[in-house]
Amino acid sequence: MKIPYPVFLKRHEDPPKWLPAVTSIGAVILAFIISGIVLAATGANPFTVYSYFFKASFGSWGAFSDVIVKATPLLLIGLGCALAFKMRLWNIGAEGQFFIGAFMASAVVMVPLVNLDTTPRWAIISLMMLLGMVGGALYGFIPGFLKAKLNINEVIITLMLNYIAVLWNNYWIFGKWSEAGFQMTKTFPRSAWLPRLADYAAEVPAFAGMTAHFGILFGLIAAVIIYQILYRSKWGYKITLIGDNPKAARYAGINIARNTILVFMVSGALAGLAGMTEVSGVVHRLQERISTSYGFSGVIVAWLAKLNPFAVIVVSVLFGALLVASREIQPSGISFLIQGITLFLVISSDVLLKYEIKWVRPAQETAQ
Amino acid sequence: MNWIEIFRSGISTGTVLLIAAIGEILTERSGIQNLGVEGMMLVGAMAGFKVAFQTGNVWLGLLAAIAAGGLLSLAHALVVIHFQADQTVSGLSLTFLGTGLALVLGDGLTGQTAPVIPSATIPLLSQIPYLGPVAFANHNLLVYLGYLLMPLTWYYINKTRPGLHLRAVGENPAAADTLGVNIYRTRYLYTFIGGCFAGLAGAAISVAIAPGWYSNLTVNGQGWIAVALVIFAHWNPWRAALGGYLFGVLRRFTLDLQGPRLLFGLANPFFFNTNLVFFLQMAPYLLTIIALIWGSSAARRKRIGSPAALGVPYQRGERGL
Repeated sequence: MKIPYPVFLKRHEDPPKWLPAVTSIGAVILAFIISGIVLAATGANPFTVYSYFFKASFGSWGAFSDVIVKATPLLLIGLGCALAFKMRLWNIGAEGQFFIGAFMASAVVMVPLVNLDTTPRWAIISLMMLLGMVGGALYGFIPGFLKAKLNINEVIITLMLNYIAVLWNNYWIFGKWSEAGFQMTKTFPRSAWLPRLADYAAEVPAFAGMTAHFGILFGLIAAVIIYQILYRSKWGYKITLIGDNPKAARYAGINIARNTILVFMVSGALAGLAGMTEVSGVVHRLQERISTSYGFSGVIVAWLAKLNPFAVIVVSVLFGALLVASREIQPSGISFLIQGITLFLVISSDVLLKYEIKWVRPAQETAQ
Repeated sequence: MNWIEIFRSGISTGTVLLIAAIGEILTERSGIQNLGVEGMMLVGAMAGFKVAFQTGNVWLGLLAAIAAGGLLSLAHALVVIHFQADQTVSGLSLTFLGTGLALVLGDGLTGQTAPVIPSATIPLLSQIPYLGPVAFANHNLLVYLGYLLMPLTWYYINKTRPGLHLRAVGENPAAADTLGVNIYRTRYLYTFIGGCFAGLAGAAISVAIAPGWYSNLTVNGQGWIAVALVIFAHWNPWRAALGGYLFGVLRRFTLDLQGPRLLFGLANPFFFNTNLVFFLQMAPYLLTIIALIWGSSAARRKRIGSPAALGVPYQRGERGL
């Protein structure tokens, strides 16, 4: 008995520039087709579901504004993941870093750290941003340190920290910060809200009711910064080198441990900022369900974008749409399924980037 | 506090971790790291419960769970063995995929009841003071299967010819290949077996230890804990079993801490401030982190490493390790 191995992989000397984009797009399309088959198997009509998907997310400007709201945390987290993955650091802890960021930002209002009535709005929001990022960075420090010093698998540590962060938040919103026994804090005062499009409805009537907030600008700025870091700076070169060839990096005298911790902290800070924008820009309070698995979707966003910061922008909008559409859709796991299949297809398609695939007959194989 | 009950139910919950961890040990010993245990367990839990619910036969449910976990693992095998994708990312996507599949196919199962694996008391052995009621009384049959798995896997890995091949493939695939061991087939096989174990572990939750389907909360991170346990156990089934049971006991202990008004003669803070319970719920995850730190520094001291070829794709004709 012999398992046939009729494919022969030949290393691509120079893969064409358009190939990564094509494989990503192909993976998404194929993911929708496969999910459609699963949907059909469960008795739903995939065409109805998908047309509903499209309408719910791109059907009107209001719907698109909702998509932007969902895309904001995905963009920030996806950028953080892209940075970490570039160094082959698997930060799956964005979810936890997001929660700690949200917690720290909320602390500004709930403790309160400043006088909310007299402090100007920009100062409160800046402080919330700062603390959100610090919280995420510190939470990213833990797995970074353990990885750098003890070489402990960061995937498991970050996942465990995710569970811990959620419970930590629960402790505060069920207990000390609970409003009248509900599992949430009081609504933040207006001075702690990130400005939204709807706030400018008086000047631009079309903005009425639109919930998209300033956070998306942070995301876009972060995309530019991360791009500059990765592709235009010495540090980015080091990160890429460590990721591609740690041995060479070590010979070149690059301090891998220090960069591991640093990258983890920057990645965490971005997720923490995402948590801040969510409490300050969307829900205006700390509560239990501030994340619909943004941390995990961010992983897929980064991978689908092939770790390119500008591609992350596009992909996070696409995934924002998926999240908006799947809010009301049953069964609830369908967006998870599509995301999982997409990621699978994307990583499978990577083989097309590395190798040219040639089919050979067994007879030919023996002849080689 | 009822210590007998704490240990008894600890062994029962630990069995889930034990089964999943032993499966992952077999997979990793062949050089394939599968981080998708959580996803495979979820699919197994869903399939086991769904089939048991629909057919009324729990054994069919168990078979379905094993098959489901195994089938899902083949996706990982294909992607990492033939497409040489990164094993970490592939394992992660397997978890996403498994979670999604389980949620979609398990839609509407929440709140249903299905037949469960029967329990049994072993005559004689259950009479042993302390040990008897803890380990041999009124356990479901999967717990006893767990007892058998420990020595059997250890014997298989260390004392049999296929076990030798398995270790060779994980340590030095190029050498194993020259000796005529089919690397690809071996790796497919043990990834599949690991998946079957994970599926079984999932069903051990949903049709035996905590019967029912509670969407992704059914497994709630235990798959990841099992992966951590493998590292803690230094890829040794005995240590994995010990760790699994220890985890089960500590988990149950933290649950029971909330009950009494007095704790060791002092006012029990967890009784009087129910919000502190969230810290108790952190315990398994904190413990996992501590176990990993401890396990890795112990491994470093004793110079025990992971299987040398773990996570490294093998391609014939290319220079090996």
